Amino acid sequence: SSSAPEGGAGKGIEKILVANRGEIACRIMRTARRLGIRTVAVFSDADRDALHVECADEAVRIGPPPARSSYLNSSAIIDAAHRTGAQAIHPGYGFLSESADFAQLCEAEGLNFIGPPASAIRDMGDKSASKRIMGAARVPLVPGYHGDQQDIDFLKLEAEKIGYPILIKPTHGGGGKGMRIVHSPHEFVDSFLSAQREAAASFGVSTVLIEKYITHPRHVEVQVFGDKHGNVIHLYERDCSLQRRHQKIIEEAPAPNVVNEFRSHLGEAAVAAAKAVGYYNAGTVEFIMDTASGKFYFMEMNTRLQVEHPVTEMIVGQDLVEWQIRVANGESLPLNQSQVPLKGHAFEARIYAENISRGFLPATGSLHYYCPVSISPTVRVETGVKQGDTVSMHYDPMIAKLVVWGENRNAALVKLKDCLLKFQVAGLPTNICFLHRLANHWAFEKGLVETHFIDHFKQDLFNDSGSKIATATSAAAKFGAAFVTACICENDNNTSKEKLLGVDKMLSLWYADPPFRMHHSTKRVIELEWENELDSDCWEPLKLAITHVSQRRYSVEFEGSDSSALEITVVPLGEGKYKIDADGLSTNVTLAQYSKDNCNHLHIWHCHHHHHFRELMTYGRSIDDDFDHKPSFEAASRPKGSVLAPMAGLVVKVLVNNGIKVEEGQPILVLEAMKMEHVVKSPRTGYIDGLLVTPGQQVFDTTILFTVKEA
Amino acid sequence: WRREIPVSRQPLGQSLTGLSSAVLPDGVDRSSDAFAQNAVATESLLSELRSHVQKVLGGGGFEAVRRNQSRNKLLPRERIDRIIDPGSSFLELSQVYLFLELLAGHDLYEESLASGGIITGIGPVQGRLCMFVANDPTVKGGTYYPITVKKHLRAQEIAAECKLPCIYLVDSGGANLPRQAAVFPDRDNFGRIFYNQAKMSAEGIPQIALVLGSCTAGGAYIPAMADESVIIKGNGTIFLAGPPLVKAATGEEVSAEDLGGASMHCKISGVSDHFAHDELHGLTIGRNIVKNLHMAAKGLNRYPYDSFDYKEPLYDTNELRSIAPSDQKQPFDARSVIARIADGSEFDEFKKLYGTTLVTGFAKIYGQPVGIIGNNGILFTESALKGSHFIELCAQRNIPLIFLQNITGFMVGSKSEANGIAKAGAKMVMAVSCSKVPKITVIVGGSFGAGNYGMCGRAYSPNFLFLWPTAKISVMGGAQAAGVLAQIERSNKKKQGIEWCAEEEEKFKAVVVEKYEREASPYYSTSRLWDDGIIDPADTRRVLGLCLSAAITNHDIEDTKFGVFRM
Repeated sequence: SSSAPEGGAGKGIEKILVANRGEIACRIMRTARRLGIRTVAVFSDADRDALHVECADEAVRIGPPPARSSYLNSSAIIDAAHRTGAQAIHPGYGFLSESADFAQLCEAEGLNFIGPPASAIRDMGDKSASKRIMGAARVPLVPGYHGDQQDIDFLKLEAEKIGYPILIKPTHGGGGKGMRIVHSPHEFVDSFLSAQREAAASFGVSTVLIEKYITHPRHVEVQVFGDKHGNVIHLYERDCSLQRRHQKIIEEAPAPNVVNEFRSHLGEAAVAAAKAVGYYNAGTVEFIMDTASGKFYFMEMNTRLQVEHPVTEMIVGQDLVEWQIRVANGESLPLNQSQVPLKGHAFEARIYAENISRGFLPATGSLHYYCPVSISPTVRVETGVKQGDTVSMHYDPMIAKLVVWGENRNAALVKLKDCLLKFQVAGLPTNICFLHRLANHWAFEKGLVETHFIDHFKQDLFNDSGSKIATATSAAAKFGAAFVTACICENDNNTSKEKLLGVDKMLSLWYADPPFRMHHSTKRVIELEWENELDSDCWEPLKLAITHVSQRRYSVEFEGSDSSALEITVVPLGEGKYKIDADGLSTNVTLAQYSKDNCNHLHIWHCHHHHHFRELMTYGRSIDDDFDHKPSFEAASRPKGSVLAPMAGLVVKVLVNNGIKVEEGQPILVLEAMKMEHVVKSPRTGYIDGLLVTPGQQVFDTTILFTVKEA
Repeated sequence: WRREIPVSRQPLGQSLTGLSSAVLPDGVDRSSDAFAQNAVATESLLSELRSHVQKVLGGGGFEAVRRNQSRNKLLPRERIDRIIDPGSSFLELSQVYLFLELLAGHDLYEESLASGGIITGIGPVQGRLCMFVANDPTVKGGTYYPITVKKHLRAQEIAAECKLPCIYLVDSGGANLPRQAAVFPDRDNFGRIFYNQAKMSAEGIPQIALVLGSCTAGGAYIPAMADESVIIKGNGTIFLAGPPLVKAATGEEVSAEDLGGASMHCKISGVSDHFAHDELHGLTIGRNIVKNLHMAAKGLNRYPYDSFDYKEPLYDTNELRSIAPSDQKQPFDARSVIARIADGSEFDEFKKLYGTTLVTGFAKIYGQPVGIIGNNGILFTESALKGSHFIELCAQRNIPLIFLQNITGFMVGSKSEANGIAKAGAKMVMAVSCSKVPKITVIVGGSFGAGNYGMCGRAYSPNFLFLWPTAKISVMGGAQAAGVLAQIERSNKKKQGIEWCAEEEEKFKAVVVEKYEREASPYYSTSRLWDDGIIDPADTRRVLGLCLSAAITNHDIEDTKFGVFRM
């Protein structure tokens, strides 16, 4: 077999193995297909029927569900490439994308790694080293000390030189672990020691660096691209300030409230940074921008294609994956710096399966209903899942990326909000409603973004009990409930009728609309519970009485309410869509239904609302003849003081033993899910009992972890 | 006002292949005073009826309903709503039974007994029509009064005739003990319920009992006699004697649940077959039992009809409310009723020019061919002969019959008698009695004398019999009866040598008229179960369709054999 040519002329890439999953794998394959390049997917046992496997020409199983045994298993991936004859490997983002070893291994195995040189990955991977290189290349750095000297007094002096507040960070690792903000000199020692401990525990290296802490920072990053001929250009910046748990949720390009002069300085700095490490292919140089001073400083470089690359693609009108492949083929960049267009504005909103009310904890579950917005040249939906798929605990819980483009920021924002309203997901909790709130916030509308935005405006974004909004929300929910029940009744009527077709025609008279009753109308009572999405786990009961007035017309009353009955006409349009006429208002709604946890779940999208209701499933819908069957979720069956797993995940550490006396708030064990560690604490003072889980064990979000017995 | 007629009428004289049935003309003068008066009168009768219905829908009253709810029990109509197919119809029978009139001592008193304490009717379960018999535990504890028994038996009678599976929603304290003499011993009393269950089961008509409450003494036989039975944990109990009687009889102290609860009957005694956790579960099991009946091949489509794409009548069925006469003396054309119940208002008349006081002919209702017989005045010899002829035709062809009764009677007088009117009437009675096709009678006006017989009154066992609120039923009119009785009284007095003054005679007559008037009322009839219910004239077509469907679905064709016709 012939190895791929290293640059220059010769045989181009004809088959790519995509060493990733989900939306990025699908997105890479889409471009490859357009270019006539065949694709190979790799999959773990959990992804046997995943969308990315469907999208590829061939697919190879690489291992069991845990990422370290599959998507992080370099040798299995290399084997898959050899087996299928792929000449190149695209790593996507995450997983092996920033592994210098993997990039090196690919080259050693004669496979074209679609990404930067291993040396650049390595240089940028070490935070201290990268800052040294950047300093030498005159890229602005946050004032700080990045040296080897770890003496506490020395560092404290350095901190005073920089000026408080300062930040202590481990030189290795990321994700905010081991970071400490120090506001005054007398906090320094404690913070320093704990940061060191945590760094040692998390990354095995205890060295830290100190930097100026920027109180109101923005996260601005620049897309750079280089070829193997030494050309490096930038494709303008993105603002990714909107973050929760240090993860971006809304990104935009170009950055708002930035003048052109600043933009070109930023671009030049990014190009200088890339050149300093001999960079080629796609990369992103991240800067921290101090909104107070307007200065920007180098943070780090991500040596891969980023999740949010589509916003850049939208404003420059280019396909960056195509560029990546062409660069990997040894071609020169298709544009020079002055040729790069900048048109309009783009937003990306990341739709995650997560529990907003539980502090954005990742959620798992089944996508019982999934209907993203329809795509167009200005609306992209990057997704790696389809209806019926499961968002498992093994991988990132991102469901989709919604990317919109408009002539200007306002136009794009209008489109973003509209698309979020129309993005329909049911079956697991998502952040769609929260994203919509963010997009609607006045400060965001003005482009006043910064990394602490969500924390800063949490009062507006979360707390709405007792406010006018709460009243309006609950009024809208009542409308939603009324529509849902009318649709259910209409459905039942039609379903019964459909079942009869071809049986006995005269019988269908019994299913005429409205159903016949002697001198009265049929009345049905439906009890629902409405999920108030932002109010933590709050289910509000609603009792509705629905009278079938005439053909397709229902009169809905709320029991225990003085409001008059709502007359609703329902016209089914098929596929869960209905035309509703109520109170002089005509609107189209979508209804999604599924059963879960002994409840019938109902989702309705109407006007600019999405409501989720559940109806306790009666035996009428699911038959269980088991004589002594007791549903396991019954609260009564749990011993008092039980602590349940807050999410599905893996037990990483168990910190105490049974019988140990613990204080309220004391950490008991550590769970890991979706790359996040979560410490489970004791809810009260007492003795630990029934602690049976061990490290490495998988738990589900209803698993009882332990019990705290009264002291 | 004139209404637009939406469908074009079939023009006459078209090619023969395109020739369809004759379309009836509108036949109603909407500008007439009578039309307006009738509308007002019927509307007021209907609003009275609806207020009665609202009352019976409340069962045994607020307190009893609340108590029922607190035991996690639904009301009988709610139970039926949940067991029939979602969004389907329920044809409730004899709904408005209101008062129990009893002669206790010398005082006549009334006791409220909503719907007679039992709800009966027909509805589809899993696409199969079933007869429901549901006790109302909120009405006198669901105990059987004489009328309750009568209503239960009538439902079983319909089920037996139409071969409808019976679903008993049992929640009853058994026979009403103070009235045991009127409930217990006679042929058509309590025991007949179980006799009927046995006979129907033998005929292959499924008998299903859901024990949703107590089922004591005689009541225990309802589930015990059923083909399949379901019992609800906690609420359902079956025993021949309840704990108090057991203690009195044997001294044994036992709880109701241990004595005859779901667990015991499903695990040990085998009196019940299915254990249900709660009512909804029980009702679901009931639905499943029907699903597994597998009678699907039986009796379906025995009456072929060319297409299900029937046409609605050309004229507004609501106008039947204005056609129903407020004054019995006011005649109306039966065709104006037929025009509002027949598909496309099409009616192929038979012997149109002969015996014109009786209208006979063929039509379709929701695609089902029917023969319709309606009165257009007094029955003469010719009309009676025409009726007999037409009934024979339908029996021969297996076409169901619809009787639209509005009859003052057969013609009297020397000419008629000499003409052999009694013979002619007898022929019609013979034809009606012996024809084996499904028959449905609607009393749309008066129902007097032997006309009631010839036109398939209650005694002639039509599958269903309904009244319009305007109906009047009696052996003859009040005035006529008063006249006859006054004549007899006068001659009696004369024999005793008493002179009857005109004033006293008028008083005497008024009493008779008042009594006849009261007894001719549709409520008087329906409270005695002389019919299957009072319907809104505007619902006539719909109710006829539902009844036809129920009568035909499982109907076996039996050959009609007539007796000796007096020629």
